[in-house]
Amino acid sequence: METAITMVLFGLLFTTALLVGRQRNLFAATMLTGIFSLVSAGLFTVMEAVDVAFTEAAVGAGVSTVLMLATLSLTEDTERRESKVSWPALIVVLLTGGALIYGTLDMPAFGDANAAVHQPLSRYYIDRAWDEIGLPNMVTSILASYRGADTFGELGVVFVAGISVILLLGHTRAAAAVAQAERDERPSVLSAERHAQVREMPVVRTVAKVMLPYIVLFAFYVQAHGDFGPGGGFQAGVILATAFILFGLVFGPKELTRLVPPQRLERIIPVGPMIYGGVGVVAMLMGGEFLAYGAFTPEHPSHGHHYGIFMVELGVGITVSAVMITIYTTFATRPRTTTPCAVLEPGEQPVPVGLAPEDVPELPEERALPAQEGMS
Amino acid sequence: MSLLPVWHYVVVVALMMLGLYIVIAKPNYVKKLMGLSLFQVSVIMLYVSMGRITGGTAPIYILDDGVPRPFVLYTNPVPHVLMLTAIVVGVATMAVGLSLVVRIREAYGSTEEDVVAELDRREVEEARARETAVPPEAERAAP
Repeated sequence: METAITMVLFGLLFTTALLVGRQRNLFAATMLTGIFSLVSAGLFTVMEAVDVAFTEAAVGAGVSTVLMLATLSLTEDTERRESKVSWPALIVVLLTGGALIYGTLDMPAFGDANAAVHQPLSRYYIDRAWDEIGLPNMVTSILASYRGADTFGELGVVFVAGISVILLLGHTRAAAAVAQAERDERPSVLSAERHAQVREMPVVRTVAKVMLPYIVLFAFYVQAHGDFGPGGGFQAGVILATAFILFGLVFGPKELTRLVPPQRLERIIPVGPMIYGGVGVVAMLMGGEFLAYGAFTPEHPSHGHHYGIFMVELGVGITVSAVMITIYTTFATRPRTTTPCAVLEPGEQPVPVGLAPEDVPELPEERALPAQEGMS
Repeated sequence: MSLLPVWHYVVVVALMMLGLYIVIAKPNYVKKLMGLSLFQVSVIMLYVSMGRITGGTAPIYILDDGVPRPFVLYTNPVPHVLMLTAIVVGVATMAVGLSLVVRIREAYGSTEEDVVAELDRREVEEARARETAVPPEAERAAP
C-alpha cells in the first residue's frame, strides 16, 4: 500500500515536472511549480521526513510561488520562443542521467535498514540524543546542537541572500516616485489598483482577516513546539512571513510597508545571527566550546541544552522571517521598468511587461445584486 | 518492490535530469530558475529517500511516561536535518536569482538568454567599429 502511494506520488511529481518544462505561459508554469512542491511535500511525509515535508510545504508551495509571481509582474509572463528540442542539451542530460543511474545500481535498496548511511553516526544520534539532550524531536537536537555550527552557516547564507536582494532591488527615493507614476499606467496583480479592487472583494478581505491571527499564532506554536514535534525556527520563520505576505497580497504592499517599515525590518535581519553567535560565545565564556550549550548549567547539562536550543531556534526564526518579508516587500514595491522590450528583428511584436491581461481575472464593474423579480 | 531494488533512484535521477534539461535548453531565465528548483527538490528527494527505513517511524522519540519506548525503528534523522536547512537556503538563493532576472530585464529589455547574448554581441561590435574608425580631426592632423 505504502509503495503504491509512493509510486502514485512519484508519477504525479514527474507529470507536473514535464508540464513545467512544456508550458510556455510562465504564469501557469509557476502554478505548476507550486503543485510540484506540494506533491513532493506529500512524498516527504510518506517517507517519514515530517520536518522536511513541513518546510517544503511552507516554502515551496507558499513563499517561492509568490516570489515568482512578483518577478513575472516585473518582467514578462510568456516564453517568447517556440522551444525546439535542443539535441546537445539532450545528449548531455542523457549521458549524465545514465552515469548517475549506473552509479546507483549497487546502492542499497529503498528502505533497507542495513544500508551504510544508517550505521555509525545516525545510530549514535538515535541512541544518545535522549540521554544527552533530552528532546523528543531528534531532528531539532541534531539541527541546533550536534550540528549547530552547520546550521549557523546556513543561517549565514539566508542572511547574505537577504542582504543581496536588498542590494540588487532595494529602492531609492527617486525610484519610489517613478514607481507611483508607473503604477497608475497599467494595473498588475501586485499594483495598487489591483489591491484597491481586491479590497473591495468582501470574501477575500474577511477570510484574510480571520486567518491572519491564526497564522501568526501557528507560527509561534511551531517555533516553541519544535523541540517536541515537527517544527522549529526555519519553519516558524517562513510561516510568520507567510502571514505578512498574505496581508501584503490582500491589502496592498503599501499597507504592508506602513505596518512594517522596510528600514526597520532591515535592522532585524542581523539580529538572528547575532543571537546565534552570541549563544555560542557565551558558551565559550562559561568554559565550554563554541555552541556547546552544556556549559550553561554544568550540574545538569541537558537543561543547558534546552536553553541553548531555544535561543538558537529563536535567532533562526527571527532572521528567516525578517529576510522573507524583506524579500517580498522589495519585489512588490519595485517600480515597473521603463526599458522597452528588446526587439531583434524589425517585424517582431514586443511583449508588454507584467502579467498578461488574460491571467488577471476581470472584476465585474457592477457589484449591486440584481433586483429580485418575480418573488413576492 | 521487486521490479528493481533501486527504482526510486531511477525516478529521482529522471526528475533531476528534467530539471537539468530545462536549465540548459530553455532560453528564458525564469524558466531556467524553475528548472533549477526542480533539480533542487529532486536532490533533496534523493537524500531523504536514502534515509528511509521500511517500517521505520518519524525520528521523534515515542515516550511512555516520559521515557522513550525501547526497540523502536526510527527513520534516519541526519538527511532530514541537512535537507531542511537546504530548502530554506534554496528559496533565499532563488530570490537572489529572481532579483538578478529583474535587473537583467531592466538593463536589456528581455529575459531571454539568446536575446541578451545577441544584444551584448552587437554592443561589442559597435564598440570595435568605433575604435577602428579614424576620427576626421585625427586624420587631418596626422601628417
